[in-house]
Order: sequence, then C-alpha cells, then structure tokens
Amino acid sequence: MRAHRSSVVVALAAATAVTAVAGCAAKNDGKGGGKGAVEVTATDSSCELSTKEFPAGHVRFAVQNKGSKVTEVYVYAPGDRIVTERENIGPGTSAEITAEIKAGAYEVACKPGMKGHGIRQKVTAGGKGTNAKRDPKLDAAVAAYRTYVQEQADQTLPAAQKFADAVKSGDVEAAKKAYAHSRVGWERTEPVAESFGDIDPKVDVRADGVEKGQKWTGWHKLEKSLWEEKKISGDDKKLAGQLITDLKDWQKRVAKAEITPTSMANGAKELLDEVATGKVTGEEERYSHTDLVDFQGNVEGAEKAYELLKPVVGKNDPALAKELDKQFKTIRTLLDDHRDSKSADGFASYDTVGKDDRKKLSDGVNALAEPLSKLAAAVATTK
Amino acid sequence: MTQDEGTTGDGTTAESRATTEGGTAAGDGAATRTDAPGTATQTAGGRAPSRRSLLGWGGAGLALGAVAAGGTAAALRTGGDAQPAGADATSRSAIPFRGRHQAGIASAVQDRLHFASFDVTTDDRDELIALLKEWTKAAARMTAGDPVGDGAVGALAEAPPDDTGEALGLPPSRLTLTFGIGPTLFEKDGKDRFGIKARRPDALIDLPQFPGDNLDKARSDGDLCVQACADDPQVAVHAIRNLARIGFGKVAIRWSQLGFGKTSSTTPDAQTPRNMFGFKDGTHNLAGTDTAALDKHVWVADGEAKGKESWMAGGSYLVARRIRMHIETWDRTSRKEQEDIFGRDKGEGAPVGRKHERDTPHLKSMLPTAHVRLAHPDSNGGIRILRRGYSFTDGTDGLGRLDAGLFFLAYQRDVRHGFVPLQQRLAANDALNEYIQHVGSAVFAVPPGVRNADDWWGRELFA
Repeated sequence: MRAHRSSVVVALAAATAVTAVAGCAAKNDGKGGGKGAVEVTATDSSCELSTKEFPAGHVRFAVQNKGSKVTEVYVYAPGDRIVTERENIGPGTSAEITAEIKAGAYEVACKPGMKGHGIRQKVTAGGKGTNAKRDPKLDAAVAAYRTYVQEQADQTLPAAQKFADAVKSGDVEAAKKAYAHSRVGWERTEPVAESFGDIDPKVDVRADGVEKGQKWTGWHKLEKSLWEEKKISGDDKKLAGQLITDLKDWQKRVAKAEITPTSMANGAKELLDEVATGKVTGEEERYSHTDLVDFQGNVEGAEKAYELLKPVVGKNDPALAKELDKQFKTIRTLLDDHRDSKSADGFASYDTVGKDDRKKLSDGVNALAEPLSKLAAAVATTK
Repeated sequence: MTQDEGTTGDGTTAESRATTEGGTAAGDGAATRTDAPGTATQTAGGRAPSRRSLLGWGGAGLALGAVAAGGTAAALRTGGDAQPAGADATSRSAIPFRGRHQAGIASAVQDRLHFASFDVTTDDRDELIALLKEWTKAAARMTAGDPVGDGAVGALAEAPPDDTGEALGLPPSRLTLTFGIGPTLFEKDGKDRFGIKARRPDALIDLPQFPGDNLDKARSDGDLCVQACADDPQVAVHAIRNLARIGFGKVAIRWSQLGFGKTSSTTPDAQTPRNMFGFKDGTHNLAGTDTAALDKHVWVADGEAKGKESWMAGGSYLVARRIRMHIETWDRTSRKEQEDIFGRDKGEGAPVGRKHERDTPHLKSMLPTAHVRLAHPDSNGGIRILRRGYSFTDGTDGLGRLDAGLFFLAYQRDVRHGFVPLQQRLAANDALNEYIQHVGSAVFAVPPGVRNADDWWGRELFA
C-alpha cells in the first residue's frame, strides 16, 4: 500500500500528467500559439508530421485531429518511455503539447480511438548525443511483462469474488480463509497496480493512510472487521461489492499501462521496498498477520520482472545476474522456513515470527533489494 | 570504565599528529597524498567554510567557526585555559588513510562517532575477500572526501546513485575508518567459517563476564566492525551507511552506535572533554605523538606477531563497551560524593588534594574506591590503554530516563594485559558502579594499516 506516491513503473495517462501538460501548453499559448511548432495531423489511419527533424530543447507539437475518432498523441523516447502525451483530443479539435526534449531518436504516436500501439513516426531531435536504439530483447521483455500484469489482474478477480461473496454472506471464517489469497495478484504487480492513483487508495489503503474526509474502503477495512471486530457489518457487505467494482476497473485499465525496461527493473526493486517497509515490520497485515503471503507475492512479482530482463542483464552485467540468482534463491529459502501447512494460506502467522527471524528476513530483503536496485542501470546501459 | 594515567605528552600540532600515525613506516606511502584517490584540495584552506561548520555544535562549532574566521580560536573558547588553535586547525581536512597503522586510533580524536558491528552473512571466503577489497576502496575514497563509486549525481538517471549523497559538498572532516575483526569470524559454533580459525591471535580472547555486566546480545559482539570518526556527524554516518550498503548480502549490520562529545583526547594540548556526569575524564590518555608509549601499550610489535599471528604486526586490539549511565540518580548525588567517586574536583578537574587538572594525582589521598585511583597505571602494574570513547544519548528509555552514557572504545596491544585486568579491578571496587552499567560489549582484532593502493583490510589474514 502506498497510496500517494506515484510509481516510476507506469507513466500512465493519469489525471495529474494531463494537468501538467495542459498547464504547460496554456503558458505556451501566450507566446504565440502553434507558430514554430511541429505540426501533427492525425486522422483515423494516419499520423502526419510537418517535420521529422527538429532541434532539441523546448519543443512544441501542434496537434490537429482531422479524424472521426477521439485520439491521443504520445512522444516516446527509446524504450517506449513517455516523454509527453495528451489524451482526449476530440475529432476536429486541436491541442498543443510541449516538452523538453534532449537530442536523440524518438517516436511520435497518434492513437485514434485512444488505444493500442498507435500509428508511429520516427523523429529525430538534433544536437549532440543520441538515444541508443533499444535491444529487441528488451521490447520482448516489456511485452511479456505486460502480459503477466494482465494475467495477474485477471486471476485476481475470481479470488477476490470468492472473498467478497463470503463477506456478503456474513461468513467470517470463510472470508478469513479467502482474504490473503485474494490479494496475491495485486501484491505481485503492486507497483503497476499502485500507479493507478485513484484505485490504490480505494482498495489497499491502511487505517493510517486514510485522509481526512476519505472513507476507509478496501481489503484492509474488511481485514479489520474480520480479525479485530470479528463480525461483518452491513457496511462491510457493501464494501465487498465496491472492492470488486474497483478491482474490475484495475483489470480493465492495466492493459493501458506503459511499461519500459527500466521501469520494470525499478518496479522489481519497489516490490522489495514494499516488503522492507510494510511486510517485514508486520504493518501491512496488522490484524490478519498474513504478511508473509504478501511478502511472497512481492518477491514473486520482482522475480518475474527480473527473469524477463535476464537475457539482457546476463549479457550486460553477468556478475549482477549471478548475485540476483543467488539472492532470490536465498529469500525463497528464508520464506520456506516459515511455511505452515496447517494455515489457510500456507504461511505462519507473522505475529508468531520472532525478532531474530524478522531480522533475518530483513537482512535477506536488503541483500536482494540492493543488487536489484542496480537492475535498471544494467538494462539501460547498452554494451 | 576509564583509565587515568600519570604522564602527559607534548603539545605538537594536530597536523603533525595526523601524519604521525600513518607515516611511521618508512616509504610505504602512508603520508603520500598522491597515491590516495582523493586530493589534498579539500583541506581547510581550499574551500570556503560551509554553513554547517559555522553553525557547529557547542564548543566544536566555536572552534570550527574560529578557524574559519582566521584562527582566533583561543579568544573564542570558553573555559579557563585557552588552547592553541592548532588542535582544530585541520578539522576540515583529510587524514591519510594508508600507513603502517590504521588511522582512527592514535590520530587526533574527532568530535563524532558512528560505530558499526557487522555479522558476515555469506559463507563464501572469496565473497568476503571481494567485499573487504571493495570496502577498502570505498573507505579510501570517503576519507579523502570523495564520493563512493560513480558518485551521488551524474550517472544514470534511472538507477540509484553509487553514493548516497548526504556528504556531498562537505569537507573530509578528518574522517577516519578503522576496521576490526571479531572472534566469531574465526570460529562460530565450533565451525571454522573461512579457513582462518588457526590464525586467531591468542590476544583476541572472548571477554570474561565481569561483575555487574548486564549485556544485551543485540548490542554486543560481531564478526567485523568499522569505527567511523569525523568532525561532522553527517560525514561519519554517511561512511557507515555506504559501507553497509556495499555490504548487503555479504554482511548485515548487527548493531551500531552514534557518539558525540569525545570523552578522551589523544592530543594533550586540547581541552579535556567532560563525560555525561559532568566530569573531566581521560586527562592523561596516551598521546598520539608518544610513539614509545604507543609501541609499548598499543601496537602489536613485529617480534611479537609471529607465525599464525604475523598478520597482526602493527595492529591493535579494540574493546568496545556500551556503558549506560544512571543520569537521574547521579544528578541527585551531592557534589562532594560525586567528586569523591571520581577522585577529582568537578570544576577544575584536579585530582584530590591538587590544584590543577594535570597535576600528578596523589592516589592515597583518594578513597580506595575512587575511579581515578583504581584506574591509574600505578594501581595496575603500569597498564595503559588508549581510549577513544564518546558520549552517547539515544533519547529516553520507556521509563522516561535519559538513555545515555559512555561508548567506551579502548585500544591496546593485548586485551589480556590491557582491558581485562583493569576492568576486573574496576568492576569489583569502583564506587562509580552504583551509577553505571555495562550493557554492550565487543572485542576486535584491528589489523595493521592499508599500505598501498593494492592492499586491503585484512589482506594478510587471508593471504
């Protein structure tokens, strides 16, 4: 749970980003509108640019949507990193996008209907320095990770539905049993899931994260009712329904997430940050003490991202790959020490894990997270 | 808890002291700045003083500020006897990292401490050696005032920087990093962990249980230690933080201690600091310039370090004790009793029956249980140890009492003839025991200094 820190994993077309771009454009309008800008003419089947080469620096794109569909325009740096973007450009309307662009190769994409890969044009910003072309292996890694993220969301829905149904039927024991499992997919892809700034505070906020005037909803509110109050209120039943609605929203939007190799790498590290700050301390699941299930989910998600990037990492920094292989193995072994076949979710309750064992887990997390923090550099550097 | 000796050193400047420790071995490049990764440009004269050093803390800040203002330290000092500005003149500069002995033992004591004890978590000897090499490299850079690796800024934007960055723009602040090896690295639970069990020196004993000890395992022992001393706490903390980070996966911090207000000085011309009981203590610590006394009491001699112990020639042994002080009860004790307990007066620091702090103590005038009397070399067959302790306060405990005391650090040639007999005497008789408790304890073999750019901490042990 990290409600109000935006993730580097996904530069989604989130409300904040749009506002920032709009603000910038408004300021620019005062300096003479589209004059001197790169003109982008979008239709339902084309994306024409007035020039494919322009000087690096403060660049303006004047977009005209001559198509019949609402479109959006993105400027991508190599690795599909979004430099700037603008959504919701209606048919027959124009918009202006501005960005500070360093010298190098980029792609401008128009996305009629606001979906998919878009119609892309290669452009070059002149001046010193160039952006290296991305390794196709990294494109493959990003695509595979996107698929994984979608799968996790898809698999979460039925598990969450089972949990919600138990809550709705007032069955405390059944709900308790279904609780931890319903969170696994979310935990595995947490940095991506959290990047939807409006969903995370609704589904995964803890009591201390609720802001004034905000209603506490989601998994942890229900966790408190089940373990602390040991009963299910009428409101809880409604919250269970809302949880499913919010998770469906997440499932639908996750496909639009923009993921890059470096953001995947940093996302893997962020998953370990989640473990380090919330799970190892027992704060995340303070009523149910199912922290080790989340812990494992975070580790699995991080390992997935690493495994996908490994063909490149193994080439660019073999020593780092070796260290990561070793540390992932170590942390799995550490987790295995706390498996409990009698428990509903397969792990010992975290309140039974003593101080010395928590220190060991914490040391294991540091041992893995530190080299993991070097993963982004290893995929960003071309050798 | 401390030792009070009867001799004083001369009053050479800090600059010469700084090179004394590193430079005693001829021609090994100790004092040669050119082969250090850092440059000498980051010394006091090379930069405008930062705001931090001007604000300072207490007396240290006054001294630093005075240096910046042009060396009028004496005029600004509080307290009776003005000290030469030389003692602090180099407080922004770098102390040579390399030399026959490790810096941070006999070199002039800095104002701040961050001491860390590590558990080695890897079983792989090669991995441990690789870490020690990497640590040495980072330590050489940081003591010179340089950042670790590619620095704190300027490398890839997508990746975390090599250096954590909080010492960026700060001078070297006389940072020293001193490395030690605990008994458990040689053998733990009967296991020879890294094939070095046979090389454990006889002098590196497991400390006996002393009467009154109430040791917390979580604040004791460790396979490795690093003592970071600097005039700026941020510089000391930065150093340990970066070493810990480099070590993740191979070592884990077992415990660490921050310290301030040095409680003894290796520079007899500097003011004697007061401990948390308000007393001047450690007046006659071993002087960093007294090479004869250091050779006799602190450094392991070549002739003594033979066979399995040859790797310790030029090294020393460190005892670290976290000594909790019962501040509140002490503060309710009459001044007369306080002075009787120490064997000194509170204002001047003079030994019982004497006028000035540095007057030779007349031990028989003191109570038989007086701290100074019991700790004095004359009461201990001439035993001397070199103290480098710091005061600490870690806020308050759950009962609202100040969690404060002395983080005692003592270097000696042989623990069996240094700390152990002294502490046995003190633990049995010291009137101060009513007001203190030893709550943490560790002992380390401190290898000799890093000789050149190819050398690394512990090389001879693993050779």
